Amino acid sequence: MSVPDLTTQRHELRPRSRASAALTAIVAIVSRDVLVTRREIASLLVQTLAQPLFFLFIFGKVLSSIGTTSPRFSVILLPGIVAFTVFLAPLQALSIDLGRDLSFTREIDDRLLAPLPITMVAVEKVLLAAARGLVAGGFVFPLAYWILGSGYQVRTDEIGALIGIMALTALLGAAIGLLLGTIFPITHLSLIFSIVITPLIFTGCLYYPWGSLGVIRWFQVLTLFNPLTYASEGMRYAMVPFQKGAAESLAMGWVLLVLCVSLVLSLGSGVKFFWGRVLS
Amino acid sequence: MTERTQPTAAVDVERLVKRYPKGRTNAVDGISFAVGRGETFGLLGPNGAGKTTTIGILTTMVLPTSGRATVAGIDVAADPIGVKQRIGVVPQRANVDRSLRVNEILTYHAAYHGVPRRERSARARELLGELGLEKRSKEKLDLFSGGLQQRVMVARALMHEPDVLFLDEPTNNLDPQSRLFLWERIRALRDRGVTIVLSTHDMEEADRLCDRIAIMDHGRILALDTPEALKGLVPGGTMLDLRARVAEGIALAPALRDASSSSPEDRVLAALEQLPGVTGVERQDGRPPEDRELQASAYRLYADGQDAGTLLASAAQAVIGEQAELLDLRLARPSLEDLFIHLTGSNLRS
Repeated sequence: MSVPDLTTQRHELRPRSRASAALTAIVAIVSRDVLVTRREIASLLVQTLAQPLFFLFIFGKVLSSIGTTSPRFSVILLPGIVAFTVFLAPLQALSIDLGRDLSFTREIDDRLLAPLPITMVAVEKVLLAAARGLVAGGFVFPLAYWILGSGYQVRTDEIGALIGIMALTALLGAAIGLLLGTIFPITHLSLIFSIVITPLIFTGCLYYPWGSLGVIRWFQVLTLFNPLTYASEGMRYAMVPFQKGAAESLAMGWVLLVLCVSLVLSLGSGVKFFWGRVLS
Repeated sequence: MTERTQPTAAVDVERLVKRYPKGRTNAVDGISFAVGRGETFGLLGPNGAGKTTTIGILTTMVLPTSGRATVAGIDVAADPIGVKQRIGVVPQRANVDRSLRVNEILTYHAAYHGVPRRERSARARELLGELGLEKRSKEKLDLFSGGLQQRVMVARALMHEPDVLFLDEPTNNLDPQSRLFLWERIRALRDRGVTIVLSTHDMEEADRLCDRIAIMDHGRILALDTPEALKGLVPGGTMLDLRARVAEGIALAPALRDASSSSPEDRVLAALEQLPGVTGVERQDGRPPEDRELQASAYRLYADGQDAGTLLASAAQAVIGEQAELLDLRLARPSLEDLFIHLTGSNLRS
């Protein structure tokens, strides 16, 4: 077999600065992820939207139609469903993806060997997963409009806050996904989901407003240790139209503070564990 | 080829040590070596010798505990990004991006390394052709055999024209055909002037591909030289392999046999040992079935200070003198396996 002389078209890659090499690499990695996501978009949406769809239908539509819940419930529920989708989609996607990758496929190696700091590889994964969570969360709105009909009530004067809280929640979900995916081998992940995710969801004020928990004081205090509580309450603040006599949501200052602190902590430790897994 | 004369080393390793946090001993224990530009350099040793760790350090994926390693003059610990720009890596285990098609695996790899867009697809086409993958460039890898995945990884590693190509046990677990194919490709790369560092536990592979070989065991380099020079390190200067038939029928008369209690095989052995210059004779175990049928025995003879011709003649005479039939007699060339056994007392695969 003849060997084509590849050296004749040698380009100059070497004298580039480290920063510009890293920038080029990260752009290419993002475009790879966008391509892969685009190809899988249909199955991704089905995966992430099946649960919110049934939740909205049963709890928002069916239960209120048969008189088990008040019509007001669907208004309280919707922000929780959005928070749930935006939080859980990136968490699951990233932790499973990474767990599989680090445990056996090692598909990530090629990106780790690209000329960029490996922290950027982890952060890129978090950002992309969060973006996918945001897209999934965005799809919940038309879905809810379609299912809930007249029960769909969302205030429109806090769109900025809504997008901000959604973004923070998605980032937090992705960062926790990074942490779980790097700490636990893939074989333990489904167990971890049952141990960690299930309590997180049910104590996260997704299905009930925090303010109304005053009647079960100990539980109200317990929910404060769950960052998802702040996400749901922030979303509720930005989505539920004001109604006189309704329970107060958590103060926005606390919501933002706790979400930001949780994000920094989980991202920081996730990146640290990531280093431990990919560098020895 | 002209690059081979350039003085700067492509890889330079000085007193490199790696101890893993939970390790009781050093995985790499103070090794030093340099690889010249355009050279094909082999790390040869059994599993656990420290080869993969050494390659891990040189490819920035393992942090050295102490010592220094540079690739293309750049320190691997201080400037991993600079090193990553200049190396290509073919790992031991398949790690291809399964979400992408074959040609995309190559073009995205090139994009990560900043190869301009217009060059990416042209290079991918060229390398896929060279590695016999052009017809499968649009496929995903799910149904690819180990050999094909290995080829994809070789093509991928070459996409950004690395200064140094690292191959970690490249033909491990490959079928013989894929192995030969890869050897051919590696030799072609060497002829093109690519610096190659490869690890292997396959003597033949090291012997055939490498300009120089470092023999490693327990994290240390036991010997480092060209394959020929390494084989010269096997003691006993000349070696002869000899097969002789000492069957009952042609052995000594019964009267004489009673006089001596030793078997005919032992007498042949003794006769060979007494030849001038012979330092040792070994009975070779595990004879093939046809030898058992013939009642033949095989011996290896080690000699010093004798020229091969004289030795061959006197060995033949000694066998005939013992009334045995000489079936085969030839000069044995020491193999890297012999050297490894000589250096470590154990063979490579154990």
